[in-house]
Amino acid sequence: MKDLSLHILDIAENSINAGASEIRIKIVEDTRENILSVEIGDNGKGMDKETIRKVYDPFFTTKECKRTGLGIPLLAQSAKECNGDLTIKTERGKGTTITACFQYDHIDRKPLGDIESSLIVLIVSHPQIDFIFEHRRNDSTYILNTAEIKKDLDEIPITSPEVIKFIKDDIKTWLINTNNMLK
Amino acid sequence: MTRLTIEDLKKIKEKQKSTFALREGGYRAKITVHMGTCGIAAGAREVMTTLLDEITKAHVEDVITTTSGCAGLCAREPMVTVEIYNKAPVKYGDLNSEKMQEIFKEHVLGGNPVEKYALVIGSETTY
Ligand SMILES: Nc1ncnc2c1ncn2[C@@H]1O[C@H](COP(=O)(O)OP(=O)(O)O)[C@@H](O)[C@H]1O
Ligand SMILES: [Mg+2]
Repeated sequence: MKDLSLHILDIAENSINAGASEIRIKIVEDTRENILSVEIGDNGKGMDKETIRKVYDPFFTTKECKRTGLGIPLLAQSAKECNGDLTIKTERGKGTTITACFQYDHIDRKPLGDIESSLIVLIVSHPQIDFIFEHRRNDSTYILNTAEIKKDLDEIPITSPEVIKFIKDDIKTWLINTNNMLK
Repeated sequence: MTRLTIEDLKKIKEKQKSTFALREGGYRAKITVHMGTCGIAAGAREVMTTLLDEITKAHVEDVITTTSGCAGLCAREPMVTVEIYNKAPVKYGDLNSEKMQEIFKEHVLGGNPVEKYALVIGSETTY
């Protein structure tokens, strides 16, 4: 994966496959603590012991896919290469939260990438799922909750091009406005 | 917290008027982009983003998109399945943005599967 936004999309797809109705994505960029963390939480079916044990094993999958390796081990590897780590919190029937953290200024740390595109793909492809996206850059925090937006929209589908454009522009504007906070 | 203001909402409603006619589930075409790890690493998100742009540009409101996991054919990712109502599904492989645009125009809008990119048409394998 060439950037973290692609990892986020991949990990969130696991949540969708686990039957989640709510997915929370949280990104923290804290240059004072020199940390970048990415957290994807869901209320899906959770993992059993066997799966947890095996997920840490890079050769394991419940599916057959040999070309790129697996989503969670790949992200774990990316984190470890930057003095970071990946943790899994999961409970059967309750949900799963995957957290990856990175040394912010590590030379090998992948860029965040195109976060808004990953979010849009998730929202448009799974309009029935509620996505809560939170992004903090030092003292500035952005929150987007599609459950709230859907309420505001009434009968207009969240997948409408105009709504998607609004969300994309909203995220982009915040990212541009907070870029100088990371210096 | 991002909320739509009354003003935003008015603008959106104005522009989306025509969409109200669409019934729940009343779509003509469903396009599934394979979004497993292998697909994402091969460029599936870009293919999906191109597809969403094409849908917007074409002003079609009866086409829906979704994602699915790895289909086991990792070497042919990015892959997309196009299902037109009442027609056999067509699975395409080795896609990029340009090929996606071509498939959208020819198959989704025009109704003619693009055989040169197709891996499977209905139950028939073409590769
Ligand atoms: N959010 C989740 N909820 C429940 N199970 C999960 C979740 N994420 C991953 N899993 C389980 O862990 C396995 C490994 O995930 P992953 O490393 O992404 O590889 P893959 O999705 O290709 O199998 C999945 O097949 C699934 O069984
Ligand atoms: Mg996965």
